[in-house]
Amino acid sequence: MSALLYAYLPLGALATAVVTAAAIFALGDARRRQRTFWNLFGATAKLLMVAAMVGGVLEGHTFAVAWPALPGVELRLAADPLALLFAMLSSVLWLVTTVYAIAYLEHSGQRARFFGFFSLCVAATFGIALAGNAFTFLLFYEMLTLATYPLVVHRGHPAALAAGRLYLAHTLGGGAALLAGTVALYAAVGEQPFTAGGIPAVALWAEQAPAAATAVLVLLLAGVAVKAALFPLQGWLPAAMVAPAPVSALLHAVAVVKAGAFGVVRIIEDVYGYPLAAELGVTPALAGLAAVTVVYGSVRALAQVDLKRRLAFSTVSQVSFISLGVALGGPLALIGGLAHLVHQGVMKITLFFCAGNYAETLGIHRIDALNGVGRRMPATSAAFTVAALGMIGLPPLAGFISKWYLGIGALAQGQAWVVGVLAASTLLNAAYFLPVLRRIWLLPPPAAGFPGAGGAEAHRGLLIPALLTAAAVLLAGLLAATAFSPLGWAERIVERGYPGL
Amino acid sequence: MTQAALYSLVAGGLAGIAVYGLITCTHLLRRILALNLLGSAVFLLLVALARRGPQAVDPLPHAMVLTGIVIAVSATAFALALARRYHGRTGAERLPEDGA
Amino acid sequence: MVGALSLPLAFFLPLLTALAVFLLRARRAPWLPLLGGAATAAAVADLIGQVAREGPQVYHLGGWAPPLGIELYADGLAALMLGMGALVALAVTAYSGAYLRGQGHDAELFWPLWLVQWAALNGAFLAADLFNLYVMLELLTLTAAPLVAMGGERAALAAALRYLLLALLGSLVYLLGVALIYGATGTLHLREAGALLGDGPAAALAAGLISAGLLVKAAVFPLHIWLMPAHSAAPAPASAALSALVAKAGAYLLLRLWLWTFPALLSVPLGWLLGGLGAAGVVYGSLQALRQTRLKPVIAYSTVAQLGYLLLLLPLATVAGAAPHAWQGAAYHALAHGLAKAAAFLAAGNVLYSLGHDRLAGLHGLTPYLSGSVLALGLAFASLMGLPPTAGFLAKWELLRGALGGGQWGWAAVIVGGGLLTAGYAFRVLAAAHAASPPGYSEIRPPRRVPPVMAWTPLLLALALYLLGLSAVPALGLLEQGAPEGLG
Repeated sequence: MSALLYAYLPLGALATAVVTAAAIFALGDARRRQRTFWNLFGATAKLLMVAAMVGGVLEGHTFAVAWPALPGVELRLAADPLALLFAMLSSVLWLVTTVYAIAYLEHSGQRARFFGFFSLCVAATFGIALAGNAFTFLLFYEMLTLATYPLVVHRGHPAALAAGRLYLAHTLGGGAALLAGTVALYAAVGEQPFTAGGIPAVALWAEQAPAAATAVLVLLLAGVAVKAALFPLQGWLPAAMVAPAPVSALLHAVAVVKAGAFGVVRIIEDVYGYPLAAELGVTPALAGLAAVTVVYGSVRALAQVDLKRRLAFSTVSQVSFISLGVALGGPLALIGGLAHLVHQGVMKITLFFCAGNYAETLGIHRIDALNGVGRRMPATSAAFTVAALGMIGLPPLAGFISKWYLGIGALAQGQAWVVGVLAASTLLNAAYFLPVLRRIWLLPPPAAGFPGAGGAEAHRGLLIPALLTAAAVLLAGLLAATAFSPLGWAERIVERGYPGL
Repeated sequence: MTQAALYSLVAGGLAGIAVYGLITCTHLLRRILALNLLGSAVFLLLVALARRGPQAVDPLPHAMVLTGIVIAVSATAFALALARRYHGRTGAERLPEDGA
Repeated sequence: MVGALSLPLAFFLPLLTALAVFLLRARRAPWLPLLGGAATAAAVADLIGQVAREGPQVYHLGGWAPPLGIELYADGLAALMLGMGALVALAVTAYSGAYLRGQGHDAELFWPLWLVQWAALNGAFLAADLFNLYVMLELLTLTAAPLVAMGGERAALAAALRYLLLALLGSLVYLLGVALIYGATGTLHLREAGALLGDGPAAALAAGLISAGLLVKAAVFPLHIWLMPAHSAAPAPASAALSALVAKAGAYLLLRLWLWTFPALLSVPLGWLLGGLGAAGVVYGSLQALRQTRLKPVIAYSTVAQLGYLLLLLPLATVAGAAPHAWQGAAYHALAHGLAKAAAFLAAGNVLYSLGHDRLAGLHGLTPYLSGSVLALGLAFASLMGLPPTAGFLAKWELLRGALGGGQWGWAAVIVGGGLLTAGYAFRVLAAAHAASPPGYSEIRPPRRVPPVMAWTPLLLALALYLLGLSAVPALGLLEQGAPEGLG
């Protein structure tokens, strides 16, 4: 492939999602077949382009496009290994979720609006992944807020609108903090691309004005912490559960919370650099906050009777592992956090797919209605089980790998208390997932039958995505030692990018 | 006191009366009249300023006053027409906020 | 290429079109307004090219140089405003035919008024002397008030009268200030008068009178009271022009006069006073927009808030580190707000057209006929909020960078907080549009299909904001031409 083609691959992948959205909006509600074509075509084309970029990066190419958006401010897309980790995750899961969403929503209203914004949402996520500087990151981060709002309020009933309000109040507030922080950063150091290990100019500035540098770092982290659902800014996430299942899957696994967590990684590692962030005293606070969130989310999850709400609080808890890994410092913890970025996505999307299958096929929303559902829907239930056990951290599933690396990483940094947090989290995870599994497999089904009148198993458009992602949970764990597993890629990122850690 | 200063003072007085009228009168016709008075005050000031010396007269302010008068006439005509339409439609002589 | 003539043509073409439409009647020549509009836009585009290549352009009407002749002057800022005006005006022109027919408004009345208004607008952007500006301001008032009255209802007539009386008062107060300047300097030229004026008491009095007059026109808090009733009562395309262009012209002139004619008077406390009025407008307009129950009043109050941002340039222009960024941000904000506000009002016009009302409570479960309009509304609101990737975002970024770069935390808080308040009222509208209809709900009268040209116009205007959101560099490059000292 020619060098020019490489340069435009990031732009092409971004354009694919935007063009898909535009085409879907233009098609309107009625033309189902064309819309399905565009949906699948867009998702596949983007996946192929991202795969080509992964190949290119392995061959040692660098991808970057930049143009001036303002005098002295660039819009920059660049594909470093870290960007591709997130881009690959979003591309794969977009394709899977698209298939699922088509099956899930094909008979509801406002489909053009839904799938249009769905595509824009993925475009924004891709932009966040490939953002090459803080300005571009902010741009796509805010665009994501706008694109997800119609998805959250899709059903249009008062509860959905209330959830939308809460979502906006949190994310726009966070966006304002991120905007102020980013502008202040530019005012201090000017246009600076993300640099693995920290931007030298930022280090220089922090030397001269440590207070201002700390304040800006806190503003930036506060901005991304909202989407990453770090305590006490997590309130929107459980409320946003009123959205349709594919949206929850997307929000929790790929788009919104991941964008926040990814932002934490970028800001700490590629803007300030871990040593500087630690020197300014911010990372210990972040680690503490992440640990609190891990425990808080799990405890709240215990008390939920609605399946999706339990999963939502579980997300609050699990996503914070990523921030925890970054905040601990050291290569092993960072590898654990980065691998968890992917692992949590795959596991949580499986769980939400399955929850959607139960709701769609049998009309089940509450956990106490799940009794004996495993006999009626064995395939869905098997997928759910794999993902739930992965969340608990059972070897050899994906979740175990991340927790293991986080644990040894924390010990290597002399932070033994983190192992306690991990253990507590594992116990709590087991406490809120195992009873669900017990109901599914061991308790007898209700004598009166299930509330919904659906078929024996979920529709295959709903089932296949869930099985695929469940298989990925298993494979990510089993094949963790290979170079192309999420763990392998995370190791590559850390080896190449952060030799200083 | 020079002639120009005298005229300027008169213009200032007229402008004061006009603004007072605009604020205190709520009847639409009176308000339109007050605006006309304010216009006259400005024109008077411009004419006063045109006199540059005993013999020298600057023609430019005169041209401005002429243009201004044309605009003032059209604006007054339009305001009157609008007020009539308003009166015809509502029977009121004052705007709703002023207790029509 | 019409060379030097494109400058006067930008003013005279809409005027001539207005005359032709008046004589031929729009009924018999329905294509004429759009043709004249396209020709005007071409002249404006040519002029923008000239300014970008060769710097500021000057034209003396009839070959008479000032003080006796009239000078037209186009620098980068004027060219930018002309371009924005041409885009909005083309959209309004394309949209109005179908809207006026469908809503039963008198097109024979509308077209000459609107085209003269466009000419007056271009004249106000291009005028190089204070008296010429007075004429253009009066022309704007005398075309805007009848457009408001065209709404026809009692509320529209009352709003038009109130607007007319206040605007005439503003013009005369402005003229009083102009007379003082002429008396003190013997010239009316914007920059020459500035150079001769100095900062004595006469200059201060004149600047105060002129500013007071323009503050009325720009609907700056607390002189904004006329705006909401007038802009929400007018027919939708007229509302778009009034909010996006006419009120904007007032704010534009305020900035131009302070930066070109009275820079010597612009002290820090004065900048704070004017900026404070702008900030009060941002907060007050947004809070009022949050309380409205109909769509057009929300958009109208949003204008009060958004015009307030422009005034933030004045305090920031007095701070060395802040001035260049704030200058670029304010100019780009004027551009972005114009397009966004026009798109929003035209989309609101579609709602009115289709549903027969614009109550927020009745927007739920909007029909498929309106999905494009709601999308346009959402896209335009995103720019008003300053969310990326819109032109409004880049404008807010530059304003904020100016404020933070100059250590002006207070103004930075206004900019960020104003964006959040905007999001408050914008999402109130969008949430209403996303709400499902209550069970058993049916429209009193079935929604009406919106003609394609009306559906597409706001959407295209809104999409232009996203194109301009990708890069502000070309527009800001144009802005450099003839920028005042210390800002470029």
